[in-house]
Amino acid sequence: MKNNLNHRFGMVIDLDKCTGCGSCMVACMAENNVPFRKDESDKLLSITWMRVFRLNNGKPFPETDICYLPRPCMQCAGLHEGHSPCVSVCPATATDYGMETGIVSQIYTRCFGCRYCMASCPYHSRYFNWWDPIWPDGMEKYLSPNVSPRMRGVVEKCSFCYHRYQLAKDKAFMDGGRELKENEYQTACTQACPANAITFGDLNNPDHAVHRMVKPDLEHGGRPQNPHAFRLLERLGTNPKVYYLSSRKWIRHAGDNYLKNEAKMKKPVHHG
Amino acid sequence: MFPFNFEWIWDMGHTVFMGGLWYALTIIGIGMTYCIIKAAIDASKKNGEHHH
Amino acid sequence: MDSALIPKGVKRCPLWQFLLFIGAVGIVLLWGVYAMLLCWFKGLNQTNMNDYYGFALWIWADLAVIAVGGGAFFTGLLRYIFGKDELKNIINYAVLIGFICYSSALLILAIDIGQPLRGWFIFWHANVHSMLTEVAFCLSCYFGVLTIEYLPLVLENRQIDKVPFFHHLGHNMHEIMAVFAATGAFLSFFHQGSLGGVAGVLFGRPFAYREGVFIWPWTFFLFTWSAAACGPCFTILVTKITEKVTRKKLVKDNAIELLAKISGWMILTYIIAKTVDTWYWATVTAPSKGFTLMEFYSNNALYGIWILVAEILICGYIPAFILITKKGRKNPLGVWIAIILAVIGVCLNRWVMVLQVMAVPVMTFDHWALYYPSWQEVATTILPVAYGVILIAISYRYLPVFPNEAEMNPIEPLPEEAAAIEPSMAPEQELTPAEA
Repeated sequence: MKNNLNHRFGMVIDLDKCTGCGSCMVACMAENNVPFRKDESDKLLSITWMRVFRLNNGKPFPETDICYLPRPCMQCAGLHEGHSPCVSVCPATATDYGMETGIVSQIYTRCFGCRYCMASCPYHSRYFNWWDPIWPDGMEKYLSPNVSPRMRGVVEKCSFCYHRYQLAKDKAFMDGGRELKENEYQTACTQACPANAITFGDLNNPDHAVHRMVKPDLEHGGRPQNPHAFRLLERLGTNPKVYYLSSRKWIRHAGDNYLKNEAKMKKPVHHG
Repeated sequence: MFPFNFEWIWDMGHTVFMGGLWYALTIIGIGMTYCIIKAAIDASKKNGEHHH
Repeated sequence: MDSALIPKGVKRCPLWQFLLFIGAVGIVLLWGVYAMLLCWFKGLNQTNMNDYYGFALWIWADLAVIAVGGGAFFTGLLRYIFGKDELKNIINYAVLIGFICYSSALLILAIDIGQPLRGWFIFWHANVHSMLTEVAFCLSCYFGVLTIEYLPLVLENRQIDKVPFFHHLGHNMHEIMAVFAATGAFLSFFHQGSLGGVAGVLFGRPFAYREGVFIWPWTFFLFTWSAAACGPCFTILVTKITEKVTRKKLVKDNAIELLAKISGWMILTYIIAKTVDTWYWATVTAPSKGFTLMEFYSNNALYGIWILVAEILICGYIPAFILITKKGRKNPLGVWIAIILAVIGVCLNRWVMVLQVMAVPVMTFDHWALYYPSWQEVATTILPVAYGVILIAISYRYLPVFPNEAEMNPIEPLPEEAAAIEPSMAPEQELTPAEA
């Protein structure tokens, strides 16, 4: 794959550091005006742009081990740039691949709610607004003015806090059109993580931490060259921009499906 | 759908896909127009004969 | 009372009986309309769909009615392009059934989308790379073609035909019907295929994903082929049900047999291709993504390997072998079994390619998601069935749907004499109740 993007914004999540506290989920919801219901326990109906999964290695005590895995939108590039599973299927061009940033956008006022993109996404990163958003009295005053709230009947998903990129770009433009610095564009979840498990930046830029951490092989679909790094469902060819780090082998194996003769590792069991 | 839509690009995908669509629509349109006009002419002829 | 509208030379039940029947089916229709309005006004929270089941009962219903409605384009192709004249006795009914199926599909789609008022975006802001765009375009265009094919039949109504313009219009449309049929076949090939492509292109879903040629996954061709194969079976099935209900022979055996024979060979070739496709997918495609076949068919309450056996062996090879043999086609029970199995088979295939795709977990720490529809989804899915029954009943009563009906069911007095009788004097009350 040719590396023809100006930027390739991506995320590295260190699963050895993640404590599963859920700060990233909360920060994301507050930042992006994500609507919620009175009862959020049914995760098949609630909207969580960032969702933390809990994995375990399926072994009995004392060998039992768990891992929390935060899952934002993977901002897939696909086998050729822009051929994300969801972007290629949207009939109304309501989701688009940013050729400048590598970020997959969602145009809420264009989406007519066919949900084909949700069917195409193996990560379940896309959510449908089954209800109109209802904010508790007074809470509408706390909504972020930079992110448009969504209406019933459309799909939404993590945007890597794209409005922050726009604000940072505006500022840089006013400062004479200079390049963005690494710390000028950071997602809400990255900043909220108390364990510093999430790192965000430009995978194309060798000076950015994300690049140094995973050493993406941009000639080969962005595969990580760091042996401790992996991406979810690498084998499907989705080419995600979210990388995970772990020193534990069973977690790295949990990132993808393997035939029995490929990996003798027992598959982990999911809880919540 | 139309070249004036802002997302329209003159590429192979749009040319082939929309070409096929407009081709089908044109055939249907011409076919129906022919049927309707001919029916109107036939009907007026018959009426004319009847009146005379 | 309405005898002036009823085609000459055929018997129809009394008007009160007809209205009673329409009323009864109408209640079911209204139930569906109520559910439809609930979905439109309150939103899709009226359904049991969720973020794992973005596609569910409705999308299956769409795919299924379009598959079984494929009888219209394929029969039209055989009749008008390949010149199979025997089929002229069933083509009207095939078109009517197709018209019902396609209008139903469009209606269900209009309910299924989250923002129905923005439905036109799919045309206006079309993404030409999406299979769904191709489906929407070809489906709408083909619905137009079906309307054009159905219109001459409406114009043949005794009273409408008296208007010279309509008489000539119907005649002219008949004259160039081959052009419309060819356009319809062209459009059908693409939208039936694109519906297959909808699942086949999902490279993030190893259960659905298939390799293919150029931009078309194998499911593209399999869906077109299966619709052409099983669609005529549905046409025959509905014809046979209509014959049972009306207690009349409506279509000559030679037409049914020819269609059944062609359908049989189509099913056989399709199911061989489907077997090869399944084999390749199970041994090459899925393993390359890290999945074994049995992972798709275990650890859940519904989707066992039985579904593959039912679809391919029971609902594929069995109807094919019945319909390709003369003995099978001559055996009425055999034909009934074959056409019912074929229709179930194609519907099962569509179910699997929509619902099971959603159910299978892809991430290793994910889980199977099962779903059952809400009553609103069920009611809106039954709605088109009720609408179809009503449209068939009205068409059968007032339009010459079956050209051979009068010939095969002579009434007393003989048709020639009956034509001379004033419509108001027709002995309505003495007729055998025959309407459905």
